[in-house]
Amino acid sequence: MSVIPEQRVPNSYRTGPDERGHFGLYGGRFVAETLMPLVLELEQAYADARADPSFQVELDDLLAHYGGRPSPLYFAERLTEHLREVSAASGRQGGAKIYFKRDELNHTGSHKINNCLGQIQLARRMGKKRIIAETGAGQHGVAVATVAARFGLPCVVYMGATDIKRQRPNVFRMKLLGAEVRPVTSGSGTLKDAMNDALRDWVANVHDTFYIIGTVAGPHPYPAMVRDFQSVIGRETREQMIEREGRLPDTLVACIGGGSNAMGLFHTFLDDRAVAIYGVEAAGYGLDVPNGHAASMSGGAPGVLHGNRTYLLQNDDGQILEGHSISAGLDYPGVGPEHSWLKDSGRVNYVAVTDKEALDAFQLCTRLEGIIPALEPAHALAYVKKLAPTLPRDNLLVMNLCGRGDKDIFAVAEHLHMEM
Amino acid sequence: MTRIDKRFVELKRQGRAGLVTFITAGDPDYATSLALLRGLPAAGADIIELGMPFSDPMADGPAIQASSQRALKAGQTMRKTLAMVKAFREKDDATPIVLMGYYNPIYVYPVDGFLKDAVAAGVDGLIVVDVPPEEDVELCLPSLKAGLNFIRLATPTTDARRLPQVLANTSGFVYYVSIAGITGTVAPDLADVRAHVGRIKTKTSLPIAVGFGVKAPEQVRAIAEYAQGVVVGSALVSAIARSLDAEGKATRATVTGVLGLVGQLAGGLRQPAAAAAS
Repeated sequence: MSVIPEQRVPNSYRTGPDERGHFGLYGGRFVAETLMPLVLELEQAYADARADPSFQVELDDLLAHYGGRPSPLYFAERLTEHLREVSAASGRQGGAKIYFKRDELNHTGSHKINNCLGQIQLARRMGKKRIIAETGAGQHGVAVATVAARFGLPCVVYMGATDIKRQRPNVFRMKLLGAEVRPVTSGSGTLKDAMNDALRDWVANVHDTFYIIGTVAGPHPYPAMVRDFQSVIGRETREQMIEREGRLPDTLVACIGGGSNAMGLFHTFLDDRAVAIYGVEAAGYGLDVPNGHAASMSGGAPGVLHGNRTYLLQNDDGQILEGHSISAGLDYPGVGPEHSWLKDSGRVNYVAVTDKEALDAFQLCTRLEGIIPALEPAHALAYVKKLAPTLPRDNLLVMNLCGRGDKDIFAVAEHLHMEM
Repeated sequence: MTRIDKRFVELKRQGRAGLVTFITAGDPDYATSLALLRGLPAAGADIIELGMPFSDPMADGPAIQASSQRALKAGQTMRKTLAMVKAFREKDDATPIVLMGYYNPIYVYPVDGFLKDAVAAGVDGLIVVDVPPEEDVELCLPSLKAGLNFIRLATPTTDARRLPQVLANTSGFVYYVSIAGITGTVAPDLADVRAHVGRIKTKTSLPIAVGFGVKAPEQVRAIAEYAQGVVVGSALVSAIARSLDAEGKATRATVTGVLGLVGQLAGGLRQPAAAAAS
């Protein structure tokens, strides 16, 4: 087994994965034999598409005119001021200058569309006739249903029965878009079980079906492919920040479930060693509460699930735990393998915030900036609240506001005991 | 020679195919599962596949998923599964046992310790669904080195180009998955299966067992005409499920019912086809 020594600093953090889909110890292709030929076919098709300039041209056109890119880089002035006051109150004169990367303004309301447009283009190139997907919060499901409608392909979305209850608006949107939403009752009825059932569907329909995985996880080439499609976030951020401030940002913050929005923002900056990078996991009820959080890196251990080796929430016997988070998009028991590698290598700092901290940040953002964030980036924001006051005022901080919170208003009302 | 190799030699001598039975270790509870395991050889099982329960059995249909859940709920762990094999071996030193399941519980055990304990317990082979030839260094090669058979799945999607890679480090037997799908769901197209098995036979001298979707004695008999083994799993764990009481506990019918079904399936393999027809 090849394990990259943790102490050694690589020449570049941006060259992974290797030809076998490994990021150091993590990643790989741990799938059943039935799927193996498909995974290899997909890898080849993606390599061909990347070598074909017309593929990127078509994708860029769709991202611009259908997806609404580039998304703005917005200076969150009142939040910045507020956290400078917090800093001053604690006797410091700090308070980073906070920018939001506004990926919640994309079509369908989150960063998920970036990846879905890429994968549906690939599915069409490969002549696939049917689209399947898994979804947790429903943001990915809505984005898949959207691109399937746009290109006239039938679409089945697997969604945990528990998630269907707490994300009703997105379920209705998927149905309106013509997708069939199949409730998953096995296991805990959340995202991991939806992914199991999507894999089962794929195995049974290998001849005509394309599986659009929504995050930087799964068997190779998915983690690299989804990262590449999401990296538009970081590339734009780099250009926009140089245009506005004349230099690179100092600090990046993004929430981590599977980790696609975070990888999209981080990847471009991994070799800019002066840029401090923070990935924020969901600590749920608290990292010390058994099975009460969804922080696979802060509170899990390496294991193999859903086609890749990565940090997982699991017990001593290797059984996968359900995890918990207020956010349906974050309570996945795994994380993308590249994040696991970046954690071990020390390049990215992975931290966690609780449900309560995320809810507080959700309200703060709403009141101060007039932006209702999704509960997922509310986790990133909660960490910004802690971090920004400790940083100097000239520190340029970018937080990925990767989704809008319309879908969460019912859940938030319940948690805040508010009448709608 | 492992017990698996010896058993196939013996089956060849008898001129018949073997019945390979799958149950999940610890389903519906440890004691009942051990009683079932001990009863399988006399009921007609030639080779036993013992499922290592996993929370997320991605290649399995509803019947085996439920069986895994029952076992975990009853407190089954990998250590208990190995203890069960050890207990079985006290009274039976001939029937091969193949542990079947997913990689993660082995990976966290971890691999070296697992292989050592499995060999000590009397395990003969492994089928680990989510470790393809591309990841051979993980588990396949260490298993072979430890003296276990590593049984690989070949599937309808394993094309001619890929087959040699699948067969390369396979030992004991080749498990042909009769459908592109999950366990225990649709019935295989038997003509298709026969063609695929014929194709694999030209590339290996290993015995071939066929499974996934095999439920009925007549399917077993038909497949036995050209394969050396027939695997039945979902039908048996479904029989376990049907025998349970309202609280999901084993009843007196659990062991007798499942072993009775094994007897019916085995019957078709132990008499000449002509006699069975008359």
